[in-house]
Amino acid sequence: MTQKKRISIKIAGAQGQGAGSGGQGLSKVLKRAGYHVFGVFDFMSLIKGGHSFYQISFSDQTIHANTEKFHILLCFDPQNTEETVADIETLNEGGLFFVDDAVVLKPEITVAIEKVGAKLCPIPMIRLGTEIGGNRIMGNTVGLGAIVGSLKIPFDFLDEVVQQNFAKKSKEIAASNSAVAKAGYDYGLSNFGDSFKFEMPNAKKEKTAGNMLINGNEAIAFGSYVGGCRFVSAYPMTPGTSVFEWFTKSNSKLGVVTKHTEDEIAAICMAIGAGQVGARAMTSTSGGGFCLMVEALGLAGMTEVPVVIVNAQRGGPSTGLPTRTEQSDLLFAINASHGEFPRIVLTPGTIEQCYEAGYRAHNLAAKYQTPVIILTDLLLSEQIKDTDPNFYQLPQIELGKVVSPAELDAMEEPYLRYKFTEDGVSPRALYGHPKSVHAPATDEHDETGHITEDATNRNRMMEKRMKKHESALQDIKGPEFFGAENASLTLIIWGSTYGAVREAVEIFNEDEKNKEKINLLHYSEVWPFPLEATNAALKKVKLGVCLEQNYTSQFARLLLSEAGYNVNYKLNKYDGRQFTPEEILVEVKRVFAESLVNSTK
Amino acid sequence: MVITQERQKVTAKDFKSEQKSTWCPGCGDFGIQSALQTALINAGIAPWQVLLVSGIGCGSKLPDYINANGYMTLHGRGTTIACGAHLANPKLVTISIGGDGDSLGMGISHAVHNMRRNMDIVQIIENNEVYGLTKGQYSPTSKRGFRTTTSPEGAIEFAVNPLAIGLAAGATFIGRGYSGEPKFTADIIQQALEHKGYALVEVLQTCPSYNKLQNTDWYKAQSYKVLEENPNYNCQDPLQAFELALKDDGRYPMGILYKNDNRPTYIEQVPAYKESQTPIIERSLKIEADFFANLKNAYV
Repeated sequence: MTQKKRISIKIAGAQGQGAGSGGQGLSKVLKRAGYHVFGVFDFMSLIKGGHSFYQISFSDQTIHANTEKFHILLCFDPQNTEETVADIETLNEGGLFFVDDAVVLKPEITVAIEKVGAKLCPIPMIRLGTEIGGNRIMGNTVGLGAIVGSLKIPFDFLDEVVQQNFAKKSKEIAASNSAVAKAGYDYGLSNFGDSFKFEMPNAKKEKTAGNMLINGNEAIAFGSYVGGCRFVSAYPMTPGTSVFEWFTKSNSKLGVVTKHTEDEIAAICMAIGAGQVGARAMTSTSGGGFCLMVEALGLAGMTEVPVVIVNAQRGGPSTGLPTRTEQSDLLFAINASHGEFPRIVLTPGTIEQCYEAGYRAHNLAAKYQTPVIILTDLLLSEQIKDTDPNFYQLPQIELGKVVSPAELDAMEEPYLRYKFTEDGVSPRALYGHPKSVHAPATDEHDETGHITEDATNRNRMMEKRMKKHESALQDIKGPEFFGAENASLTLIIWGSTYGAVREAVEIFNEDEKNKEKINLLHYSEVWPFPLEATNAALKKVKLGVCLEQNYTSQFARLLLSEAGYNVNYKLNKYDGRQFTPEEILVEVKRVFAESLVNSTK
Repeated sequence: MVITQERQKVTAKDFKSEQKSTWCPGCGDFGIQSALQTALINAGIAPWQVLLVSGIGCGSKLPDYINANGYMTLHGRGTTIACGAHLANPKLVTISIGGDGDSLGMGISHAVHNMRRNMDIVQIIENNEVYGLTKGQYSPTSKRGFRTTTSPEGAIEFAVNPLAIGLAAGATFIGRGYSGEPKFTADIIQQALEHKGYALVEVLQTCPSYNKLQNTDWYKAQSYKVLEENPNYNCQDPLQAFELALKDDGRYPMGILYKNDNRPTYIEQVPAYKESQTPIIERSLKIEADFFANLKNAYV
């Protein structure tokens, strides 16, 4: 594999200034122009003000995470001096700093530009936006145009995206934004067309133009929909909201019942009510909302109702870091609610795995008649990556063991909702047929669903439910390696850290100076714990390093409790910011050095 | 509810369950179960056409003792689970049933929100003004001064007024019955079942174990039928209903206190049900190739 050539762009602004939408638009332009793209929005928990930024990397190969250094910085908020200086410090030497030319820059900013060796690129954003578009907010489009111009990417790609984005509003608005984009483009091309000194990756339009730019939450929602989800009830909570909004925005087309409820308890309860009568139902939230759902999770477990819960984790505990990423709900998700019952926990790590998790969750919930939790996080929910549209296929819909009305008609014995079976799954008949009348209780119940405290029945019922835990294990995907076979060091990970770790593994192994090679072992499904696959994989691990975005090494603890495996090193991060490939490489080198010292002691 | 299923000829035999009741002798829940059953029979709703969703508490065990579809769920959450079931399968005649602690303690926010939504379900509140199953603590509807294990010197809170809350929250049907008058109560429940929109039915009930003072004689003296006392009472008038609900003379007005037939139900306005009234659970899950391609194209 040839070295990945990547160019990175940061668009920074106060919240509400359009850094997020600008970043998404620019990502689309780059993808259509023939580059593989990766983008993440980094934002604060406020509506206007503050400082947020959108980071884009583009390359001739697929990108899985952003790195720390940038080649271009577009700044909408130079009045935020401290933040702007910090952003400038992330520029490479020779990087371009685009800012409005009417702003008198604070001395700290000019000093920072000089120190980094960046090039100041003043552009008349507000002037052109106002003169040509009649609105200073169109200055954003001037800025984006200037970037595309300075990179000498043909204007058509930008124009197409601008026209498309604004077509929804009106033809006039689309036309004036297009004119503004052109003015910015021309300005960037003629003034800074020769300023960009970095080697551009090769553009291959035929390879990327048809790819899909979809974020993690959209992929979960889309996957759920194709997996048969037709009922979604939720209460807004960042970063889980956008899963719900995917359905609400177009629900008349989708035929999905959506309900914005009064709280998260009602959100999961309505989903369970819908699930109980036969809908493929789900809810989405973040950790705090999931806390409120916990009692109802047990209800679904006890009465064996299929339901899917998306918990998009953020920094906790309590309100924590509402717009920052964390992986601290793992053991909570596996153990949430009192008592014991089977549940399935999926931990997708890529956009593609988010799509798969969406439909798999609904299939597994139906097959095992039990709650399924998709544990994602802010990082994955906010990231976009160009993905092959052929990957997205309509899945097989598994309904599990159902008793049809015709089968009920022919049934001679009374219908038993909780009939004891080999695999613990009882055939499910829906309400609404004269022979399917049943009234399950959250109390311990017998095969009919009636309340009983009988000890023998209790044992059999517990065993029946927990048998589903064993049965579901056969469907759980084991961990997957990426990187060098026979690696000297393995980064053991789960969920969203896949991207940064994968980049780190690629960069490390490409470097010929590194004689020993590394790989990663990633879990996209964790519960029921895939023990056999884990044992097989761990046989190949020489030095196991567990890396996770939490304080207490929750996955390392899971490996210890379930597989009796003690990792050699634990790497943790809990500042709410994603791991970067650079950080991981520093840690990997440190671990290598330390293990060398330890082995020679 | 808008009842779309064909009415059936049903008798008490159809609802008879083999399950042995665990209610105390003399419990008001027997009267409520009998009233509910009579209402279903008179409305022509068979055991397989109804869904009785309850919470947890003495009264919430009712679905265990009647042969009909049911779901005994969580304390305080029955109403919201019932609404989820209703939205996914509006064919089922969905009734939420629970005691005063269940429905007006933990469950009060769900009740209020589903009233203002005009969810097309019936909510029956079995109100004995005390917690029974946890053995005698004061409830949200207990009177001030009511002495229990958790209020040994007498409850110091004002009691919740379910009728006034129902009116304020936008319930479109509000009725009150009494466990000692199952026939009268059955009639109210039947009208609630036939009402299009959210129907709140409070049923006063005795608790011979923990609310001994409020026995059958007491309720006889303390309650009255609205139409008997005032034949001109107009239940379509919210102001008259409010006056009645707020009248603080220590007596319980019974009957249909409020009815509004002019507000659209929630489900009528749900986009997924605008073009087709087929329950979502009966629709095909198949996605057409063109439609799928369009969904994907939005991201290209």
